[in-house]
Amino acid sequence: MTSDRSNPRRQAGPAQSRLAKAVRRRAASLRSVLRIARALFSSQYALMLEYRAEIVLWALSGLLPLLMFSLWSNAPAGAASGLSPQAFARYFLAAFVVRQFTIVWVVYAFEEDNLLGRLSPYLLQPLPLVWRYVAAHLADQATRLPIVTIMVALFFLFVPSAIWIPSLGQFLLAIFALQLGFWLNFLLHYAITLLCFWSERARALEKLLYMPYLFLSGLLAPLDLYPASLRAFALHTPFAAMLYLPAQLLSGGPVDLIAGLLNAVSWLFLLVPLNLWLWRAGVRRYAALGA
Amino acid sequence: MPIVSVSGLSRSFRVAEKAPGLAGTLRHFVRRKVRTVVAVRDLNFTIEAGEMVGFLGPNGAGKTTTLKMLSGLMHPSSGHVEVAGHCPSRREAAFLRQITLVMGQKQQLIWDLPPLDSLRVNAAVYGLDDIEAKRRIGELAEMLQLGEELQRPVRKLSLGQRMKAELLAALLHQPTVLFLDEPTLGLDVNAQAAVRLFLADYNRRHGATVLLTSHYMGDITALCPRVLLIHGGSLFHDGSLEQLSQQLAPRREVRLELAESLPPARFSSYGELESCSGRDVRLLVERERLTAVVGRLLADLPVLDLEVREPPIEDTIGRLFRQGGSDPP
Repeated sequence: MTSDRSNPRRQAGPAQSRLAKAVRRRAASLRSVLRIARALFSSQYALMLEYRAEIVLWALSGLLPLLMFSLWSNAPAGAASGLSPQAFARYFLAAFVVRQFTIVWVVYAFEEDNLLGRLSPYLLQPLPLVWRYVAAHLADQATRLPIVTIMVALFFLFVPSAIWIPSLGQFLLAIFALQLGFWLNFLLHYAITLLCFWSERARALEKLLYMPYLFLSGLLAPLDLYPASLRAFALHTPFAAMLYLPAQLLSGGPVDLIAGLLNAVSWLFLLVPLNLWLWRAGVRRYAALGA
Repeated sequence: MPIVSVSGLSRSFRVAEKAPGLAGTLRHFVRRKVRTVVAVRDLNFTIEAGEMVGFLGPNGAGKTTTLKMLSGLMHPSSGHVEVAGHCPSRREAAFLRQITLVMGQKQQLIWDLPPLDSLRVNAAVYGLDDIEAKRRIGELAEMLQLGEELQRPVRKLSLGQRMKAELLAALLHQPTVLFLDEPTLGLDVNAQAAVRLFLADYNRRHGATVLLTSHYMGDITALCPRVLLIHGGSLFHDGSLEQLSQQLAPRREVRLELAESLPPARFSSYGELESCSGRDVRLLVERERLTAVVGRLLADLPVLDLEVREPPIEDTIGRLFRQGGSDPP
């Protein structure tokens, strides 16, 4: 009689069964993640639509790149920069679009949840808190999409010389860079948000981010116009990856793609563990001080 | 085997103290004075599966702090807690799936959306498929008498409807251990009664263990055969309400209606005179002397009517609470 151990066919049976079970577990887990993502997104999208008037105002409050375009296109420095009015228009329109889809307000949402007492019930659910805020931001982006589309159409109506259609590859690359930019911005702000566990004034710290963002992201002017040393510095910060890189890709401007993506990914590798550490330490502190 | 087990549980906080006025503010800025406050002191108790236990105590006695430690929201300073076989402070998913904490003054429902939207999220978070989620929402909504309210924005609901919807959201995953902190806070009498009925029904259907704090004694008397009374952070009583009443109020109230008014001095030999207004008299008599005193009253005085009453438990416990930091009697 042959033992199970010496019979490869019989050995394959339990191994296949284990593999099948593992695959089924993974599939069930993936289905569960997708269900949570869908439920979170749809509830947050419904919430955003409740605030539709507010979102139009938010979108209008992000017109700074278009104001900068008007400034640069009429200033002598703009003409002396070597960039054509058409290039300026495309860059600032792309910057406007990128800014609309990378805006992060997680610190305000977190503070509100904390003040209204929602944080404790959320912490008692088997779902990391961050996913609620990610869903809220993605829903915000989905709500902005039609508003931004209308504003782009209006811009083209008034500045027809700026009309351009990026190639599919260019467009997809820009979307990828835009998503990287969003995640960088989100993780940077979430790290500040998590400081709420230590200080009730974390919102003040968040304001400190705005100045470097304004100057180093390319929101005020394309980084190509900066002095070489400042430009090199800006390109190594996360801020350039949040706006300049995706805006240049979208508008078809010259950009060092590999260096830009490497910079973005390096910051992601730094921010993900930092956020995880801050989250664990913050929850410990929350529990230690009194929820 | 108990489902909740607490031994030597203590929790203290460091609290900054500041004197009033500018001088106090400057002193506070330069050199902070910090004091340690003990919120919970060496608590020991166990709760068996399926029990409904009332958790009583005055404001600041440590009830909410204890509930937060039991649910894992707060770490104990010392001592040991085990709930449903888990250490709460680890906040493991398997533990979180078995418990819920409802705080009357806090909410988890999304304010601007109907409760159903929040319920869908909760169903997904706890891994319920659509059919099961619908079944449970239907069952709980029926028990809570909620209907089209689930489709109205939370901000448009009355306080009572909102609390019911919060309970529905907190119980959708069918937790086996419920920590309820003032679930009837601010509700009118009808809404309070509805929540009480629901909790009793939920306990009966699902065999859930309930630890309930409430300032409304009606909640405790209607639901909890056993009460834990915490006073100054320490456990003062663990037993039935009746035992507590006997412990705190060893006297009964005797109300008399007399055929004629008598001077107060006539009642001194029967017990403590609580009030004497015309022909209506109220006396406090020790339980062990009650039968003999009632016999004497009927024999000695022109009694038209006599009634013996247990002093309301609210009054008894209220008297204890009003003593504040002093030791319990």
